[in-house]
Amino acid sequence: MGGDAQGGRGSRRRKRKMIMSKLYTYAACARRPSAVDDEGSRIGGPGFSRVVHTNDPAAAAAAAAAGYYRSNKISTTKYSAVTFLPKSLFEQFRRVANIYFLITALLSYSPIAPFRGSTAVAPLVLVLVATMVKEAIEDWRRKQQDIEVNNRKAKVFQDGAFTQTKWTKLRVGDVVKVEKDEFFPADLVLLSSSYDDAICYVETMNLDGETNLKLKQALGVTSHLQDDESFAGFGAVIKCEDPNAQLYSFVGNIEIEDQQYPLSPTQLLLRDSKLRNTEYVYGAVVFTGHDTKVMQNATSVPSKRSKIEKKMDGAIYLLLSSLVLISVIGSVFFGIATKDDLRDDGRVMKRWYLRPDDTTVVFDPKRAATSAVLHLFTAMILYGYFIPISLYISIELVKLLQAMFINSDIHMYHEESDTPARARTSNLNEELGQVHTILTDKTGTLTCNSMEFIKCSIAGTAYGRGITEVERAMAKKKGSPLIADMEIAVDQPAGRSVVKGFNFADERVMDGEWVNQESSGVIEMFFRLLAVCHTCIPEVDEVSGKVSYEAESPDEAAFVVAARELGFTFYQRTQAGVSLHELDPLSGQQVDRFYKVLHVLEFNSTRKRMSVIVKDEEGKTFLFSKGADSIMFERLSSSESSYRESTQKHINEYADAGLRTLVLAYRQLDDAEYAKFDKKFTAAKNSVSADRDELIEEAADSLERGLILLGATAVEDKLQKGVPECIDKLAQAGIKIWVLTGDKMETAINIGYACSLLRQGMKQITITLDTPDIIALEKGGDRAAITKASKDSVVQQINEGKQLINESASESFALIVDGKSLTHALKDDTKGMFLDLAIGCNSVICCRSSPKQKALVTRLVKAGTHKVTLAIGDGANDVGMIQEADIGVGISGAEGMQAVMASDVSIAQFRFLERLLLVHGHWCYSRISSMVCFFFYKNIAFGVTLFLYECYTSFSGQTFYNDWSMSLYNVLFTSLPVIAMGVFDQDVSARFCLKYPMLYQEGPQNLLFRWSRLLGWMLHGVGSAVIIFFLTIASLKYQAFRSNGQVIDLSTLGATAYTCIVWAVNMQMAITVNYFTLIQHICIWAGIFLWYVFLLAYGAITPSFSTTFFMVFSEALGGAPSYWVVTLLVSVAALIPYFTLSVVKTWFFPTYHNKIQWLQHVAKDDDPEAELGMILRQFSVRSTSVGISARRDAKLVRVSSKGLPC
Amino acid sequence: MASDPAGDEGGGCRLRSICGGCDSDPDVVLRRLDTNTSAPTAPQSALPSPSSSSFPNQQEPRLLFLSPNPSKQQARKSRKPRDQPPALAESPPFLGPGMASNVAVTGNAGSGADGDAPRRNRPKYSKFTQQELPACKPILTPKWVVSVFFLVGVIFVPVGVVSLLAARDVVEIIDRYDHACVPPNMTDNKLGYIRNQTISKDCTRTLRVKKDMKQPIFVYYQLDNFYQNHRRYVKSRNDAQLRDYKKANQTTSCEPERFTADGKPIVPCGLIAWSLFNDTYSFTRSNENLTVDKKDISWKSDREHKFAKNVYPSNFQNGALIGGKMLNASIPLSEQEDLIVWMRTAALPTFRKLYGRISVDLKVNDTIIVKLSNNYNTYSFGGKKKLVLSTATWLGGKNEFLGFAYLIVGGLCIFLAFAFTLLYVIKPRKLGDHNYLSWNRHPSGR
Repeated sequence: MGGDAQGGRGSRRRKRKMIMSKLYTYAACARRPSAVDDEGSRIGGPGFSRVVHTNDPAAAAAAAAAGYYRSNKISTTKYSAVTFLPKSLFEQFRRVANIYFLITALLSYSPIAPFRGSTAVAPLVLVLVATMVKEAIEDWRRKQQDIEVNNRKAKVFQDGAFTQTKWTKLRVGDVVKVEKDEFFPADLVLLSSSYDDAICYVETMNLDGETNLKLKQALGVTSHLQDDESFAGFGAVIKCEDPNAQLYSFVGNIEIEDQQYPLSPTQLLLRDSKLRNTEYVYGAVVFTGHDTKVMQNATSVPSKRSKIEKKMDGAIYLLLSSLVLISVIGSVFFGIATKDDLRDDGRVMKRWYLRPDDTTVVFDPKRAATSAVLHLFTAMILYGYFIPISLYISIELVKLLQAMFINSDIHMYHEESDTPARARTSNLNEELGQVHTILTDKTGTLTCNSMEFIKCSIAGTAYGRGITEVERAMAKKKGSPLIADMEIAVDQPAGRSVVKGFNFADERVMDGEWVNQESSGVIEMFFRLLAVCHTCIPEVDEVSGKVSYEAESPDEAAFVVAARELGFTFYQRTQAGVSLHELDPLSGQQVDRFYKVLHVLEFNSTRKRMSVIVKDEEGKTFLFSKGADSIMFERLSSSESSYRESTQKHINEYADAGLRTLVLAYRQLDDAEYAKFDKKFTAAKNSVSADRDELIEEAADSLERGLILLGATAVEDKLQKGVPECIDKLAQAGIKIWVLTGDKMETAINIGYACSLLRQGMKQITITLDTPDIIALEKGGDRAAITKASKDSVVQQINEGKQLINESASESFALIVDGKSLTHALKDDTKGMFLDLAIGCNSVICCRSSPKQKALVTRLVKAGTHKVTLAIGDGANDVGMIQEADIGVGISGAEGMQAVMASDVSIAQFRFLERLLLVHGHWCYSRISSMVCFFFYKNIAFGVTLFLYECYTSFSGQTFYNDWSMSLYNVLFTSLPVIAMGVFDQDVSARFCLKYPMLYQEGPQNLLFRWSRLLGWMLHGVGSAVIIFFLTIASLKYQAFRSNGQVIDLSTLGATAYTCIVWAVNMQMAITVNYFTLIQHICIWAGIFLWYVFLLAYGAITPSFSTTFFMVFSEALGGAPSYWVVTLLVSVAALIPYFTLSVVKTWFFPTYHNKIQWLQHVAKDDDPEAELGMILRQFSVRSTSVGISARRDAKLVRVSSKGLPC
Repeated sequence: MASDPAGDEGGGCRLRSICGGCDSDPDVVLRRLDTNTSAPTAPQSALPSPSSSSFPNQQEPRLLFLSPNPSKQQARKSRKPRDQPPALAESPPFLGPGMASNVAVTGNAGSGADGDAPRRNRPKYSKFTQQELPACKPILTPKWVVSVFFLVGVIFVPVGVVSLLAARDVVEIIDRYDHACVPPNMTDNKLGYIRNQTISKDCTRTLRVKKDMKQPIFVYYQLDNFYQNHRRYVKSRNDAQLRDYKKANQTTSCEPERFTADGKPIVPCGLIAWSLFNDTYSFTRSNENLTVDKKDISWKSDREHKFAKNVYPSNFQNGALIGGKMLNASIPLSEQEDLIVWMRTAALPTFRKLYGRISVDLKVNDTIIVKLSNNYNTYSFGGKKKLVLSTATWLGGKNEFLGFAYLIVGGLCIFLAFAFTLLYVIKPRKLGDHNYLSWNRHPSGR
């Protein structure tokens, strides 16, 4: 039992146990699915082969040695020490460009190479090593997190006692003891708990995001094992299913003393869920490490690649093919020229100085065709400079730095939880600027998952001055100072401490003032109902006497707290009933009252109401009932209607303000009526027939009629700060938002309202299987029939919805789907039409969806629209969609790290998404696009000069420039400014990014990385190359270039042309960049400066290394005025076309960011924002139909259409 | 501060005020202040509600208020609130100065108690990390564009004029002789002529000086259609051998001129040396010999670092096929300047190489008799041979292209400057007109 050590606390504990027992008997979770029985027979068969010898160290050791079970060690890393080298190299060479460079490097040691081998290998090695170092660092961080998890401590039964062991050491079959608020280290079969009836409460936040506690109960046969010692002689064999990913199913049995008992999910405690409200439990480990259901659910970390990178690959293919093309052209000419060198059967040599009569195959006129083919390889090595080898590594470096900026953005730092934003995988930064659809979890992401009692309507009078997030957001938009003032009054109540779950303020009812209200009787009843009609359990703090509550759902807690704060303190629940401290309106004194609870008519989604039947101290019997307005209003007595209308009006107002409303009503029962009901109800409960539930329902239904309305409550499912504004901004930016939640449909819809995804006037298309005929079928139990009927129903509903959309184009639609329907809608043959429907709707809400469904929906959107999807969530239940989406965002700071671990970016609050996308996303996108374009430009400009020079060497493959100078082109002279642009450039400042959210559309529409832009830059590269090459060679032709008569030669002409390229490219950067900081200056000038340093330094070392560039600058070029004059001419001339074109473009065909730049340039602070906002919205891609702005607009339309002044 | 004298970002910043004082984003100023928060703990209502313990799940702290530094509040109040970036405008603007604290009062037991809890993960504020470095945001304003074009034009035209004048100053005499020096009976068989060792290759040419030529007068030979830049040709040398007498045996990459028939290494090896130009010229002006100075016609660095003083030609040009000039085996390579000049391979198929210098002024209408021996075979590949006498200016030899190019580019810029001015006058564009903020130009909305 509880054990003597517990002493005085024992009695209290026992009481609570009893209460809990009382509660769960009518909780649905105790009911076992009937399917278990037939599944039980499959144990031992395929898929159900696991045999676990519990508490048998020998067997566990043997199993471990045989490698039968996986250890409890988890690893989420991409590489291990052994696989790192091959695997990361493999990853590297998945890129075509790298394979190309590898081949080039290998070939460059053969005689066909146009330059020294080392100069081709060095850049490749540099690039590969840099990339691998980056990979290694990223993986190391992951490993650190794994180590932390693996080294957590658990108590394991060993040698007659429970000892602390690391999680990794846990083996299948071990018996572990888990104490309150600890995580389960593996999947356990619950053996017993600190409660007599072996129940325990589990929080599965990490698994499904739900914070309400789940009840688990051990089998009776093991429930006696209540202390450490009792495990000494314990042994059992568990046979169960093999590891699988189904969180909610478990099939197995346990064999104790040759008796078999079936196991069900009720006995299974899942890894990463947490023990709550239970002192300790004992459990037997059945699945460890990667076998656990959580880990099975976690699909392997996919390596995500951004769309830009994919397109970039396309561009590289294009370059490769143009490279091959010009190589082929060159080879043909080379073949012709070579063949021509030997005439008349070799007796006459044309270019005798090349000795065509005595040559290797590479230049053999007799085998000109072969020579030409070999030359093809030479040319492809030579023109390798078309392909920017350093592009990938530069992009990775840039993204790393961009990620650093995201991490250190002080505007995305959450002060309260001390969490900054974290870009965990940096290779998706620019994808943040292209998001088309956001799929968001609700609980913990949009909401804080706390309920606050904020308003109520009693007897037709609305009370409560609290302001919801939605109202606040709308008010802020309108600029009403009134609300802001009211807020002060509420948020700063003199001397009142803040109560969780209670945000109600109204001097008319607070502090006992309600007794002076007109309808104080109704108010009293209202509060009493709140204090009585629930299933909460009070917990009295013995020191302060304060009461707190444990509730199944946060809403219930909010009601009881509200009742407490308003003077009806519920402080005790016993088997018999509930005890309250009440404020007596007559005496004005606190009195204790006891209400005997006769029956609890529980809440479920069809009933949508909950009732209790109580008997007060005077012997009067009451039925207290609360429920959804749709249900409750039809159950009110027809005679009583004095404030029905006003209540309904209030409810509508509340709903519009994003609140969850419940209608409260009661009825006094006379004894005869109650006795009749009691008989009927008890009989129904005790019946064993299939229609038991129906009978209960019917009994309850008959009683819950003719109710007297008390009023309505409004509870705010507290949105996270700034969520409505954020959603509004995102909607204005043209991003679609889908909510995927595990919650009930009603809750989801409420939240939809709260964050303005839904609003009145929006047509709701609901797809649900909670229809009477389907429910009827389900009772029948014929699975095939159910499936077929369900599917037909879903298809029909989808079609109806589509029709509705097609009929009215002007209206906005919302799609609400429940989990069951989703199962059918996501089937291969229906998902296409489902997606069509969903795309036609302005907001989509999927409720009751499982983690897998969330992932499937994400996949559907991703694959169906070919647009970038972003999934955001906080719990382990969101891991699937986070990994499936193009970008996964995890909400950090809350409990559980699964979502964050799986995510690409983690932020502390949903509202940071706005800055993450609109500012960082846009910047990264525009930076990376510009950077990639520029890379192509500069490499083409360089490569084309090489080709043009080939035309003057009869395509022999001679390089124009010195080989080392060529391989440093990408590394030293031109990369710095490009990287600086990729990291620091800002086309539009952060403030203007947020001010003009539509700017974001440049990303989803991919305006900055269109083929036309890319090709334009490539063409510009070709143009620059032509200008540079021909101007240089025409200026320096063959005449002397110095006053003492020397003529230009290969090395000097090459060096001059190279100088011109370095200048042109760096100056091009100077006129391309939008945001000219000191860093840009340094990088641009450094590029040019480095070139001269290189010329001097390289020219100064021994000619055996520097070859043609020996003293080329110090002796030949530096002192020649013509060199400098040519440099000036060529670099300026190369820029003029671009400059002219961009002037014409920005003046006459400006892009969106050009326009905002103009605005920014002339901006005055007295810009009338409101007017601006309207204009902006008028010009938006599609008028926003979700968000506060849309809601306000709709309201404006509604109001003005009624002819009222607004 | 709130009046924000610098105006909005970008507002006071043109490209001409090159990048420095353009930090005028008011938010920057504000933020800098709020990082210095060291305000004391709020005196009031810092106690967590006891009831909050009943919600262990609800980690989200209930905020009483979150207030930054009071000065920020003040500053913000005087600005229009709508100009705040939303991420910033999160604190309710009701706190007066003096009441503020930077402590977030939370319902969480613990963090409320120790007040100003350390914010370990708070990103450090700096202009760099917040990407707010002072910067110039160049915008192509009409004024700017026109002045840039005009400036380029104004610089380029004079440079062009000066370059053109320099090129005009150069006096150049070019004489193509490869044709004329073939005996009339051999014009149909030039190849036979050049290959026939028995035919005298001597030839006399008469040159007339058209303009005064100041000494030094440079003597060049110019070859056409000669691919000194062919990869096989360029590679065919061994620098180590030329530099170091001990490495005479090193003839790698010299194919096919590595060894003599009996296997001795050739110095200097390779095709370049082998095909050394071997025409010679001598000049007389009315019976006065004009000496051609052949010293210092090569780069000093070549003589000193690439061709050694103690390396002598050996086994050179004694194979079956004689390419070009023979070398005097008693003269070290560093003094064989014709070779050194030749070994600096030309970049283009048409090139000149310095033959020597004449240190005598030539007068207009002087007649110069050139005695040359026309040995070099350009006939097989149809190349031309020209003799060039030229003076040089600071810009080098005669090439008017550079000057014209400058004039054209400069002229174009001035033209563009006028064109854009005109465009601006005719079709002025209202800057920052919101009506330009239309997406309708890109109807590809989806």
